Amino acid sequence: MDSADLIALWISFRLAATTTLLLLLLGTPLAWWLAIGSSRWRTAIDALVSLPLVLPPTVLGFYLLILLGPQGALGAPLRWLGVSVPVFSFTGLVIGSMLYSLPFAVQPLRDAFLSVGTRALEVAATLRASPWDRFFTIALPLAARGALTAAVLSFAHTLGEFGVVLMIGGNIPGRTRTASIALFDHAEALEYAAAYRLSLVLLGVCFVLLLLVYGVNRRLRAVGSTA
Amino acid sequence: MTLALQLSLPRAGFRLEVACELPARGITGLFGRSGSGKTTLLRCIAGLEPAVRGQIEFNGEPWQDAQRFVPAHLRAVGYVFQESSLFPHLDVRANLEYGLQRVPPAQRRLDLEEAVRQLDLASLLRHRPAQLSGGERQRVAIARALLSSPRLLLLDEPLSSLDPRSRAEILPHLERLRDVASIPLIYVSHVLGEIMRLADELVLLEAGRVRAVGPLQQLLTRSDLPLAQFTDSGSVFDAVIEEHDPTYQLSYVRISAGRLAVALKQAPIGQHVRVRIDARDVSLALKPPELTSILNVLPATVRELAGDGDPAQTLVRLELGTEPLLARITRRSAVQLGLTPGMRLHAQIKSVALMESSAAPSNW
Repeated sequence: MDSADLIALWISFRLAATTTLLLLLLGTPLAWWLAIGSSRWRTAIDALVSLPLVLPPTVLGFYLLILLGPQGALGAPLRWLGVSVPVFSFTGLVIGSMLYSLPFAVQPLRDAFLSVGTRALEVAATLRASPWDRFFTIALPLAARGALTAAVLSFAHTLGEFGVVLMIGGNIPGRTRTASIALFDHAEALEYAAAYRLSLVLLGVCFVLLLLVYGVNRRLRAVGSTA
Repeated sequence: MTLALQLSLPRAGFRLEVACELPARGITGLFGRSGSGKTTLLRCIAGLEPAVRGQIEFNGEPWQDAQRFVPAHLRAVGYVFQESSLFPHLDVRANLEYGLQRVPPAQRRLDLEEAVRQLDLASLLRHRPAQLSGGERQRVAIARALLSSPRLLLLDEPLSSLDPRSRAEILPHLERLRDVASIPLIYVSHVLGEIMRLADELVLLEAGRVRAVGPLQQLLTRSDLPLAQFTDSGSVFDAVIEEHDPTYQLSYVRISAGRLAVALKQAPIGQHVRVRIDARDVSLALKPPELTSILNVLPATVRELAGDGDPAQTLVRLELGTEPLLARITRRSAVQLGLTPGMRLHAQIKSVALMESSAAPSNW
């Protein structure tokens, strides 16, 4: 495997890890709000979060390109503030990936919080636990399986994304060319040996990740760790 | 020491509309058929129903009024739910410690060892909730609630999801609770037997409203309330163990009106117990009966005659000393004996059930 492909793989993993971490941080409160909130906006937000599931990735990427570009509604004020415009950069990749993988993080978390139910939290309240305390000591541990699923799905999904990354990243070698784009380039250039190697790595990683999720889930079920 | 309630909460199908004042001591039974609002009322007291309107005041401290709503975690109220409510991701010890750790050390009224001993949990500490039987889970839940040093303990039908054996295993623990906890308890049940065994004070709920509040002994025998109509209706008395007779396997207990023979009970002389007399086990005689096999015959006065659900029967409310006694006799006998209020006669009590130890009222 040549160094360009190794760099592309490295960019992909760095992107997937960064996206996953940020999605867990921001997706958890959002999922919690979707699970227990009573706002009338909840259904609309739920649908909005799920939109990337059905939207063509290129559509999402195109909107982001327009929005974040030097003349865009977000890009222009950023440039005015002296912040570098995030298109065609790693930051842009992260923003695009986060939006694209949002449902893969939020939905498992939301479902996990829903299955925790209100009873355990009420019990904790009668045992003098404050709302924050209840969230961290009861809701989060009981939703651990959902969090693991969310993390692995976000990671694997980001690893495999193509359209958004191509649109907003622009396929710059060493900066925004990810493994999946490098793979496409190899196939285009009829470099099948290199394409095989990259495909095999991505296939192997995704399989091992899913194996991990299913294995851990089975073990957690066996000790009766779910409500 | 009182818990003053004035609450209103609309619910699908009915409306909880409660105004009453409960003594914040002893065990208050909350009795009513399912759907009468017992659980909803208990949840309102605990602070788990933010939609409720009205006022709650506990020992002069407002928990809820027009301006404020003290959230559940600041009320220091223990709650034992109907079904298992243990945290599934924690073992028994961690479940017990959950409440304990959130009480400042100076305010702790019970330590872990004592709770484990009282509820017999030593062998279960490392177990996960999923490995426990229903009865064991409820014992852990009760210990956990006590370890949070609550000022008021709410029990929502803690026995209803259990089989009869587990029920029998937990009841003595609940009775001992009164001695150990020295805090007021509110006990929800739709089983008259449990209420008769445990409660001192009774709240009768019907369709979301309070039908009656008062001392258990009075409410049980009131003919205008549905309790007296139950087939297993009866009366309860506080009694003191006075003498044991191993020859005939009997114990004698003292109630205000006299002395009753009960099946031999391994309990120290002087211990306070509660006895229960079923209405159908009481027969009436105008003269002191001679040559009878019935051991317990006490003089009584007729206070009231009332119809029974069964048209062949009559309910008779008697006064035994100063305490009420309920008798269920055939209507024919009532007519033949010419029973009228004020009449003095003799109550023959065929069977007296001695319930487990209970604290002396003076201990409260």
